[in-house]
Amino acid sequence: MATLKELASKEELFTGGHRACAGCAFPIASKLALKAAKNPVVVACATGCMEVATTIYPYTAWKSSFIHSAFENAAATISGVEAAYQSLTRQGKLDQKFDLIAFGGDGGTYDIGFQALSGAMERGHNILYICYDNGAYMNTGVQRSSATPFGTHTTTSPAGRVQQGKRQFRKDLTQIIAAHEVPYVAQTTVGYWSDYVKKVEKALAVDGPAFINVLAPCRLGWGYPPEDTVKIAQEAVQCCFWPAYEVENGVWRITVKVREKTPVADWLKKQARFRHLFRPGNEHLLEEIQADVDRRWAALLKRTEESAELSA
Amino acid sequence: MGNSALNEAVKSVALTGNEAVANAMRQVHPDVVAAYPITPQTEIVQIFSTFVADGLVQTEFVPVESEHSAMSATVGASAAGARAMTATSANGLALMWEVLYIAAGLRLPIVMPVVNRALSAPINIHCDHSDTMGARDSGWIQLYSENAQEAYDNVIQAVRIAEHPEVNLPVMVMMDGFIISHGMENVYPLADEEVRKFVGERKPHYTLLDADNPITVGPLDLQDFYFEHRRQQAEAMFNADKVVKEVADEFAKLSGRQYDFFEAYQLDDAEMAIVVIGSTAGTAKYVVNELRAKGVKAGLLKIRMFRPFPAARLREALTNVPAVAVMDRADSLAACGGPLFGDLRAALYSAGKRPLMNNYIYGLGGRDVTLDHIRTVYQDLEEMLRTGEVKREINYLGVRE
Repeated sequence: MATLKELASKEELFTGGHRACAGCAFPIASKLALKAAKNPVVVACATGCMEVATTIYPYTAWKSSFIHSAFENAAATISGVEAAYQSLTRQGKLDQKFDLIAFGGDGGTYDIGFQALSGAMERGHNILYICYDNGAYMNTGVQRSSATPFGTHTTTSPAGRVQQGKRQFRKDLTQIIAAHEVPYVAQTTVGYWSDYVKKVEKALAVDGPAFINVLAPCRLGWGYPPEDTVKIAQEAVQCCFWPAYEVENGVWRITVKVREKTPVADWLKKQARFRHLFRPGNEHLLEEIQADVDRRWAALLKRTEESAELSA
Repeated sequence: MGNSALNEAVKSVALTGNEAVANAMRQVHPDVVAAYPITPQTEIVQIFSTFVADGLVQTEFVPVESEHSAMSATVGASAAGARAMTATSANGLALMWEVLYIAAGLRLPIVMPVVNRALSAPINIHCDHSDTMGARDSGWIQLYSENAQEAYDNVIQAVRIAEHPEVNLPVMVMMDGFIISHGMENVYPLADEEVRKFVGERKPHYTLLDADNPITVGPLDLQDFYFEHRRQQAEAMFNADKVVKEVADEFAKLSGRQYDFFEAYQLDDAEMAIVVIGSTAGTAKYVVNELRAKGVKAGLLKIRMFRPFPAARLREALTNVPAVAVMDRADSLAACGGPLFGDLRAALYSAGKRPLMNNYIYGLGGRDVTLDHIRTVYQDLEEMLRTGEVKREINYLGVRE
């Protein structure tokens, strides 16, 4: 993969001057993805923070081509761009390679855009879809999504007198997309830039659909100091809430080593959205969360071990 | 001839409306078609798929998982510089709703045949215009067809209208579900080469796939610019009027078939007239001929272009007709008549002379429209003329009440 020096010397296709919050994670995801691309890029973007903060007419933060259509259709939109690319190339009307990348938040990807994403993956378009997962509908003011962790306080799953935040565990979208048997699926965070860049490079190199789920902490919705974004993303990996792994042609592999699995409560404690879980009487909720993390981590390890045995 | 391509040596062929439209699409040769099947449009997608499978077109066919994605992918393809098409009916069009406005707002020259079908509920697969009448203010140009020939001709003209630099708007071309889409008719197609030459290549101003000139499409447009962009969109609709005429005149030279914003049938000296859209015009013309044979001065006006609404031209055409019945194959459910009735009455408000007008909601859910139904409408018009009064403004024709 490209070295840090090489990346730093590449032109910024996602530029400064956008209006994302201080400490926001998605600009790291968009900037690095465009740096990792080797060809000119067309970006399709779902409605959400990324779109509203980077393209306020008459300004744009994008030096690549960019299209925003609606909330739930970034995958369908990039499908159409890819179809045009294939058709025009085949007819000799276009002689230029492009990397085609769609971005959506967890709302636009896990929930309202889920059908369009599944369709695009199944049809086999040569595209990369990157979900920047910040665990709630942050753009509209922190409402719960199916990516929101169990117990999280959001504005539609508030911690109240009789309910203690979100009552459901989050859905595992990365594994759902892996079940589409597409050539490349990965999960990572903005906390490990080299892991992310390597994954974008791999994803763009495959012939067919690729999907990356990148955990992108939201300092407002999560409630932590803006300077801690990278750190809190790294800790999500080290407590095994959000393991960094990839599924390359069906082979599962952990890509960021967990040195010493930390208790999930240590990570939760740093975020205001989980504050109520630490009140007396809620100990069982913390136990449930830890048990869920342990179960999912064990299942993932088993899959990676099986992959290792099969390929050995 | 079924699903195979047209033989160019043949002058006229028996085709269903769906076959005629699928062949028009083949001849237009779009770069991308993204579509989802729905009765009664399904055949268009099926037939076009066989053209792709047989290598008769270079089109990239995207078999999407829904109509919402059909329109979304068509938007993506069109913004990427492709000539892009889709097709749908009824609930499929309803599912596209959000993206219809986006296609128009992004000024993308998409062409979409729509096979008219009733909207649910109750679910019904047969013809009425409730689907596209609901989309009348979505910013699309709307061309309606009386028969398969008109549907075929309208699709070809729609490409030129949509892509005209002063328009740059999407166009939907309608035909009545089953009545036209599945009815076999004699159609006179143009040769492939003639169509290719007529529609030419799309020449977009900007595309996503221009590496030297990257663009941002669909940015957040707030209080300071949204209104200006909407105003430009409105201007494009005003411009469409001129372009629709120019394209029709050019098409007439090629085909010998002259199109206009509407067809005035026996209207010049008419004392009473029916205004109608779609296949019912054929039935009504038969009744006009009957009445004319009896010396009754009956006429008819058939709308081809419903959006933009040719208000001034319609005002001129109808101001001297003393009694006018407006037939809507869709109810607005606003308790004040159908959509055509509302627009037409508004258009005639500023006329020096205003006809007596009433409205008939008819044919919903594919209810048959017979000669007798049309005869009763003209009988009502005769009474209106005799008494100078509109007995009943909103009428439901051919329904058990």
